[in-house]
Amino acid sequence: MDTGVRAPVPTLAVWKFASCDGCQLTLLDCEDELLAIADRVRIAHFLEASRRVEPGPYDVSLVEGSITTAEDVARIHRVRELSRTLVTIGACATAGGVQALRNFADVDEFRSVVYARPEYVSTLATSTPIAAHVAVDYELHGCPIDRRQLLEVITALLVGRKPNIPAHSVCFECKQRHNVCVVVAHGTPCLGPVTHAGCGALCPAHQRGCYGCFGPMETPNAAAQAGLLRATGMSADDVVRAYRTFNTAAPAFVELSRVTVGPPPGTGPRDVRPEMP
Amino acid sequence: MTHRSDRLLDVRALARVEGEGAMHVRVRGGTVADVRLDIYEPPRFFEALLRGRRHTEPPDITARICGICPVAYQMSACAAIEDACGVRVDPAVAALRRLLYCGEWIESHTLHIYLLHAPDFLGYASALDLAKDRRPIVERGLALKRAGNEILELLGGRAIHPINVRVGGFYRVPAPRDLVSLRDKLRVALDQALETVRWVAGFEFPDFTHDHELLALVDPGRYAIESGSVATTGGLEFTAQRFEEHVVEEQVPHSTALHARLAGRGRYLVGPAARYTLNRQWLSPVAREAADAAGLGADCRNPYRSILVRAVETVYAVDEALRLIERYEPPARPYLEVPPRPGVGYGATEAPRGILFHRYELDGDGLITSARIVPPTSQNQASIEDDLRRFVGARLDLDDERLTAQCEQAIRNYDPCISCSTHFLEVTVDRA
Repeated sequence: MDTGVRAPVPTLAVWKFASCDGCQLTLLDCEDELLAIADRVRIAHFLEASRRVEPGPYDVSLVEGSITTAEDVARIHRVRELSRTLVTIGACATAGGVQALRNFADVDEFRSVVYARPEYVSTLATSTPIAAHVAVDYELHGCPIDRRQLLEVITALLVGRKPNIPAHSVCFECKQRHNVCVVVAHGTPCLGPVTHAGCGALCPAHQRGCYGCFGPMETPNAAAQAGLLRATGMSADDVVRAYRTFNTAAPAFVELSRVTVGPPPGTGPRDVRPEMP
Repeated sequence: MTHRSDRLLDVRALARVEGEGAMHVRVRGGTVADVRLDIYEPPRFFEALLRGRRHTEPPDITARICGICPVAYQMSACAAIEDACGVRVDPAVAALRRLLYCGEWIESHTLHIYLLHAPDFLGYASALDLAKDRRPIVERGLALKRAGNEILELLGGRAIHPINVRVGGFYRVPAPRDLVSLRDKLRVALDQALETVRWVAGFEFPDFTHDHELLALVDPGRYAIESGSVATTGGLEFTAQRFEEHVVEEQVPHSTALHARLAGRGRYLVGPAARYTLNRQWLSPVAREAADAAGLGADCRNPYRSILVRAVETVYAVDEALRLIERYEPPARPYLEVPPRPGVGYGATEAPRGILFHRYELDGDGLITSARIVPPTSQNQASIEDDLRRFVGARLDLDDERLTAQCEQAIRNYDPCISCSTHFLEVTVDRA
């Protein structure tokens, strides 16, 4: 029924914390859809794209980057207060990013390596995901996020439905794409079995093993994956490095990085699926 | 309020730049006392976290320094690691790298021209506002940007943080037939790029020039992108291996920031204007004609006109991509094995914003023991601040709002990438 009252145009805000800008750039990389999106939502706060900043609250906030300073701890709480729906975008926001490698090191030593006058640089000892500080409504994984998934989230939130973001592994996408398995065919190390889908199995399609930039899938099998990686010739240190790269602070990858031995592949389903008869 | 003798202009969050920066201008007694381009984006310590990683990892890890120019990081990283290991890639692989890099120049330059810079010249807060009045122009810009991204996606797998680049070459190379539809799209893009030059040539450029020494790669016979030696308008020429002897980071009295300077010479500027001034003769005929028609002379020393140079370089990058596709023959092997050896390697390539230097030291196991990265924006910071100081000094009669807006525009002339620079610069926030 047309009541003659137009629904208010929803507002979108984009926020940046410690990051490379790549995930918010993904929005500007939607060249074919950007103007259509701008017709349907009011982009109220997006510093990379506009010098006009409108005060909140905002219907949807996209948050890029991880929390690495005391100021940013306060700022993310303010962003949460201003946002009806808060969506974290990318490996930094969802899993601390590559800068979370400091979590396994001495940040003061890191600071002195890069900066001649380390006392001028204020930083926390850790890089943490947004969800470690405030409630998050949806997460988009990836380093960077996938453009199609970003469009799905924006479209879904515009019409008021739940975004359809699959939680299975890259292996599923490989099969959907009819890729030849790089592990089976070439013995190439691959994190596909434990990595969250979303990229469309890009690396295996380029004859490269998945390097886990979308972070962990929901229920990874640590021992089976460790056995698989070691069978392809990776050392224990290589396995640790593989998990500790772009999704360093993801708890499942932290756990996986602690399991560097497992049964060799091909030892049978019993080893990896004990519940099967 | 104008003509006050004491003023403080503060832009706490610069808009339409990559990353988070701020500008502070302090006026005392009617003269400019201090101008600072501040970097408050938190540091991410790449040089520290690269230690202990394998020699094969810097292309993927350093790409994450910047989502806007990841290919530049991948190319400088590959060049430095291959230098350390004594490997030279197949010329056909080098040609594919140049093609990939052209994609990034097109994408990054078009992003800056249409979405970040042009709104200033036309009085809009953003390109999305511009699109409300002049949609076909913004659509043209987005289509041209898309063409750059199509190159990146075809050769790199994706536009941001491409996955197909490795030390020694590529994981997979395209068959010639894969490039056919790309070629057709680039032919359309060439017209869009030429229209872009004509469009920005009609902008009004404030009268402002600088005399900074300009520094860029040169590669006689072609417009330097992914290889070459370093040259300056002051007559210096040196290889990437000698970069650290000539470029030093010095503490300067007016700020706590370290600024890159040429040893014994002073501040300098990198980026499109420097490249154009040093390499103009190597532009392709269509790009050179576009530059002439747009009124670009032998050099470019007005930072506002950098938008013209970006537009001309975009024409060149599209034209060069077409040439590379026409001549494309797949390399015999997509990549060379690069066995590690202990030593030091250096690499410098032309990121869209200027020269990007990498150095890595490897141990006998192929693990990185030290890394150094000098991005373009940290090299430009001293020159940007110097220009701003003179710029503000000549415009003290403007009210704060107009002066602030003009300073913001002046900063955007340099296309500063704060995401890149922040990880290496000292933070200059005055906490008093």
